[in-house]
Amino acid sequence: MADKILKELTLKIWRQKDAKSKGGFETYKIHDISTGSSFLEMLDILNEQLVSENKEPVAFDHDCREGICGTCSLFIDGRAHGPDDDVTTCQLHMRRFQDGATITIEPWRCGAFPVIKDLIVDRGAYEKILQAGGYVSVNTGGVPDGNAIPIAKPAADEAMDAAACIGCGACAATCKNSSAMLFVAAKVSQLALLPQGKIEAARRAKAMVAKMDELGFGNCTNTGACESECPKSISIEHIARLNREFLKAKLKD
Amino acid sequence: MSNFLTSSIGKKIILSLSGLFLIAFLCVHLALNLLLIVDNSGELFNIGAHFMATNPIIKIVEPILAIGFIIHIILASILTLQNRGARPIKYDLRRQSGNCTWASRNMYILGGLVLIFLFVHLWNFWWKIKFAGDPLLAEINVDGTAMENTYALVSGLFKSSIIYCFLYILGGIFLGLHLTHGFWSAFQSIGLCNQIWRKRLECLAKIFAFIIAAGFCIIPLYFMLGLAN
Ligand code: HEM
Ligand code: SF4
Ligand code: FES
Repeated sequence: MADKILKELTLKIWRQKDAKSKGGFETYKIHDISTGSSFLEMLDILNEQLVSENKEPVAFDHDCREGICGTCSLFIDGRAHGPDDDVTTCQLHMRRFQDGATITIEPWRCGAFPVIKDLIVDRGAYEKILQAGGYVSVNTGGVPDGNAIPIAKPAADEAMDAAACIGCGACAATCKNSSAMLFVAAKVSQLALLPQGKIEAARRAKAMVAKMDELGFGNCTNTGACESECPKSISIEHIARLNREFLKAKLKD
Repeated sequence: MSNFLTSSIGKKIILSLSGLFLIAFLCVHLALNLLLIVDNSGELFNIGAHFMATNPIIKIVEPILAIGFIIHIILASILTLQNRGARPIKYDLRRQSGNCTWASRNMYILGGLVLIFLFVHLWNFWWKIKFAGDPLLAEINVDGTAMENTYALVSGLFKSSIIYCFLYILGGIFLGLHLTHGFWSAFQSIGLCNQIWRKRLECLAKIFAFIIAAGFCIIPLYFMLGLAN
């Protein structure tokens, strides 16, 4: 079956020259978009149109375009990564939109993710949180035997679920409190569940939470919006584990 | 425990402990208040109120309760202010209804409404009993013990004013809504939650919130419907 064609769409897009400029919405019309094209392909077509009109194309983040790198972002029609659940923006398709629709596209809005240009934000804050403790320290040397440290299947599964986080930032972007707890919880959980990560668990939980607070993310009030918008369906049960890990670490101080 | 209180999770843990403490208080408060509708003569309620007013343990708990409220309100205000500040530029279009519950998004507003109700409530009863006095409170004798007629004060208010009845019903509803989220959120904040317990706690939160809201609403309704005479 051939894909349907959306004859006309109105795009209301946030434009901002650079981090220091004020920025505002611009409205564009775009025609004849196949419902089979992805959302980012639609933006590519818009940009070709803008270039041919000698206008500045819209800057937006993207890389793998298959939902694994976490580079794409965008707050589309009031939701992080658009109207679909459990997908990244690059996995969103135009069949989710009606002909004649107006689509509002905004960058992630979060004080800790400042806009660099148009729809691109600086998500370096997440890198800084990772640098604060999202790793395990290992000695160099021979490759250890894969089966030397047995890990129970349930723990391995849960750690794997947490490790699915791609660091896209949708959790903080969608949270009414701009809290980064789901991301931090996923990273803390993934390592705290495994024997290799347990050794530094207390230090890690404290350091990552302290960095998260320092960078100006908000406080979690357990609304659960992050989990709904997370393209990797990371569960807020990991936030409960982070709370536990943090409390344990602080009680030991 | 250095800088526990300045950390986001530390503040949340204290907030949830204070919230759970307030919940414990609510249970006792509701159980006692239901005596208002169990016994139309008012004797049972008066005995209960007299016990609470004279029991030395309750005397110690009362200021702790006040401190619990103050801690809860101060932390809630700090957290809410910080959260507002964490997003300096707001979204133009936001669709949150599918993501999270209305109550979870409006906890501060619901709490604020409960607080306003609380002031009216304290002024209605606590203030009069403790300080200002009221002719309705005139001393009575129950089984040889002299006590204030607290029942007359409470029933007098509800019988004389339909506006107050509605206000108390609203207070119960706001409190119930606050607890639909607050009850399970408190366990999540202290880390006492996982995939299995989440469903249970969320369900329990709804049931508990309903019991609290219905329990507190039923009392003014009872007087409004003229069932007390
Ligand atoms: C009898 C009265 C109250 C009870 C039983 C109660 C109970 C609770 C509970 C159990 C929580 C969950 C704590 C957590 O998740 O960490 C909570 C959260 C909260 N409360 Fe209250 N509260 C009451 C009054 C108030 C008042 C007067 C205010 C504000 C002026 C307020 C504002 C908040 C806020 C902003 C939250 C944070 C939302 C969240 O983390 O889920 N509460 N409350
Ligand atoms: S937890 Fe989910 S929403 Fe948050 S950064 Fe990771 S993948 Fe993105
Ligand atoms: S571009 Fe890689 S996840 Fe979307």
